[in-house]
Amino acid sequence: MLRKKGFRGGVHPPEWKHLSENKAIQELPLPEKVIIPLQQHIGAPAETIVEKGDTVKKGQTIAKAEKFVSIPSHASISGTITAIEKRPHPLGTNLLSIVIEGDEKDEWIETVKHNTNYMDLSIEEMKKAIQESGIAGMGGAAFPTHVKLSPPPEKPIDVVILNGVECEPFLTSDHRLMLENPDEILDGLMIIMKILGVKRGIIGIEKNKPDAIRLMRTKCEKLNNISVLPLAVKYPQGAEKQLIKAAVNREVPSGGLPMDVGCLVHNVGTAVSIYEAVSSNKPLIERIVTVTGPGIKSPNNLKVRIGTPFQNLIDFCGGLKDDAGKIINGGPMMGISQVTSDVPVIKGTSGILVLDKKRSNLKLEQPCIGCARCVDICPMKLIPSSIAACAEHDKLEKAVSMGLFDCIECGSCSFICPSKRNLIQYIKLGKAVWNDLQRNAG
Amino acid sequence: MDRSFFISPAPHIKDKDSVVKIMYAVVIALVPAGAGAVYFFGSRVLWIIAVAIVTAVATEAILQKLMKRPVQAFDGSAIITGILLAYNLPAEVPLWIPALGSFVGIAVGKMVFGGLGFNPLNPALVGRAFLMASWPVHMTVFQTVPRGGTISGINAITNATPLNIFKSAREILINQANFSESQVTEATQAMQQLSSSYTHFFTGRIGGCIGETSVLLLLLGAIFLMFIRVIGWKIPFSYLGTVAFLTWIFGGTEGLFTGDFLFHLLTGGVILGAFFMATDMVTSPITFKGRLIFGTGCGVLTVVIRLWGGYPEGVSYSILLMNLTTPLINRFTQPKKFGGK
Repeated sequence: MLRKKGFRGGVHPPEWKHLSENKAIQELPLPEKVIIPLQQHIGAPAETIVEKGDTVKKGQTIAKAEKFVSIPSHASISGTITAIEKRPHPLGTNLLSIVIEGDEKDEWIETVKHNTNYMDLSIEEMKKAIQESGIAGMGGAAFPTHVKLSPPPEKPIDVVILNGVECEPFLTSDHRLMLENPDEILDGLMIIMKILGVKRGIIGIEKNKPDAIRLMRTKCEKLNNISVLPLAVKYPQGAEKQLIKAAVNREVPSGGLPMDVGCLVHNVGTAVSIYEAVSSNKPLIERIVTVTGPGIKSPNNLKVRIGTPFQNLIDFCGGLKDDAGKIINGGPMMGISQVTSDVPVIKGTSGILVLDKKRSNLKLEQPCIGCARCVDICPMKLIPSSIAACAEHDKLEKAVSMGLFDCIECGSCSFICPSKRNLIQYIKLGKAVWNDLQRNAG
Repeated sequence: MDRSFFISPAPHIKDKDSVVKIMYAVVIALVPAGAGAVYFFGSRVLWIIAVAIVTAVATEAILQKLMKRPVQAFDGSAIITGILLAYNLPAEVPLWIPALGSFVGIAVGKMVFGGLGFNPLNPALVGRAFLMASWPVHMTVFQTVPRGGTISGINAITNATPLNIFKSAREILINQANFSESQVTEATQAMQQLSSSYTHFFTGRIGGCIGETSVLLLLLGAIFLMFIRVIGWKIPFSYLGTVAFLTWIFGGTEGLFTGDFLFHLLTGGVILGAFFMATDMVTSPITFKGRLIFGTGCGVLTVVIRLWGGYPEGVSYSILLMNLTTPLINRFTQPKKFGGK
């Protein structure tokens, strides 16, 4: 019996994957300096434990996590700390960062070494390794992974889903990771399943990556508890709630989390980092970044040290074209446009997208004509036009009751709106103002 | 930093569609019916349509200027209002009728509320209702005999539309005791003639307003719009379905369930109304259930007015009345959120 797999709504932006999907991952040459922000994740910022002038080795902890929902930061190159100050951050503000000038020695600290019997470690030891390695969700949201792996006992998990969907246009880093490091992805999944005591694993991959689906399927043949699920190409299929709906047909309750329906979702890149942390105590100091877009001369998938300035990646890829207009941290639907290319790659930077000037120009907002396309395509079944209008006119209580905080900010509504209304911007503003009011009132 | 970059909120790519493209698609979809009008009623209709469009656009532009707003009168929405208003007029009306109708439709039906997106009522229908109320004779008397003659062969102009014939004949047939035998025979004959003239209703060789007569040409445009997803199926199908259902039950002269629903679907501008006026985005609900309720409501009101009301045709008023309920419908038909209870 064919159950229709998927979620209601969603849009079909042009994919643009052809620019980089066939480019094998290349290692970016060592940067001369790295800028490590103390906040690259959701939660409390890390607190520095080094001082200007200290020498550090690659992988050395330079900032500790003082709270549970927080992660430490590590040196991604070996060298000297030259500054601890506020620096531009890809998420828009200037944040306290540790700047390291490299010494080209690129030495790991002594604690990093491979342990072939890592699956014999206890669950607590595994979680400790993950926590100390500073791993956060690498799909972009950057939620501390060790927290995600510690659901309360009253929320039992029965299935782990790996997110190989990569539904944002242009981005191909997860695709290449699945083609080039499938074993590490599966090893990471098995560690996650051991930690959570889960018997079933599903790897979700969009159908526009048939080679990845084939390869992962071959790798999973011998394993009878892990399966690959090809998914229809639709944005935002890779959004956690929509992926869960498509994979196991469960709806995460409003205001709830995946663990409320017995699921946990991790990005394939995070799975690789988990494997490296548990098997070798390797902290998260590098990731795959897709540098792409019509504004970059030579699109590529690069293996990059955390903290490398965007400009290094841009230079390696031939530089910006003359008509480059916008640099985006992430994908075109949810990424953040950058003021300068002197911002560092952070743990959640899945891509650097350079758009040409023609595509960068803002179109003027027109009034809402009630076409209801946003209603038809909202993956959370909300009424974006009304919620945005409430937020715009300060009717925040009404906006909240209509589902302001259920919005996952995927951008589908703003994408499809013929009046070019900045719906997501109004919604984000509404959320920020409401949270501010709650903080000041309580 | 020697280079500057654009900054804007996500998403950074947008769909190619726009308000202008949507509006002009509707204009294109209305062209076949206009061509048919020229064929059946003569080239005077072009003057009526032109006057209606020009007045609508000019009114919008001038008022936008006076209201110190950006002049966007060429975005296509005023043109649609002009065309739809013209299509609701008989072919021999004096040209000041479409001019006045367009002016009132745009000024009172739209600009007073703030322009596109803010009007509660369909502007073309506001214009038409204004004209019907103020100059009822002009709106009904200046019919033209269509090319090829009317179905009844009557060449006199007054009351030659099929719905008028239906209404008068039905009056007689359901109260046969009050009328003479010759009147009853005439009425029966007229009804029979109506029931055998479906091809005429379909192609448009009947009396009526210039844009509402040719179902075939209107459907061509409607199918085009549905194909490119400018209009959906919910409102037209619930509207027409309700009209068919209710006229089948109540529209007959020999008791319940004897109604000629095909006749009712093909006449009286209900095709024009269901596909081009009830579907006006600004004035119809934005939710799934809301659209079905809206269409059904339009259908109910149309049938009530047609069968038991004072006018032969009820499309304009039923849509206007349902427009008024749109905000209420929107409020009470919000979809269940993903993960909601």
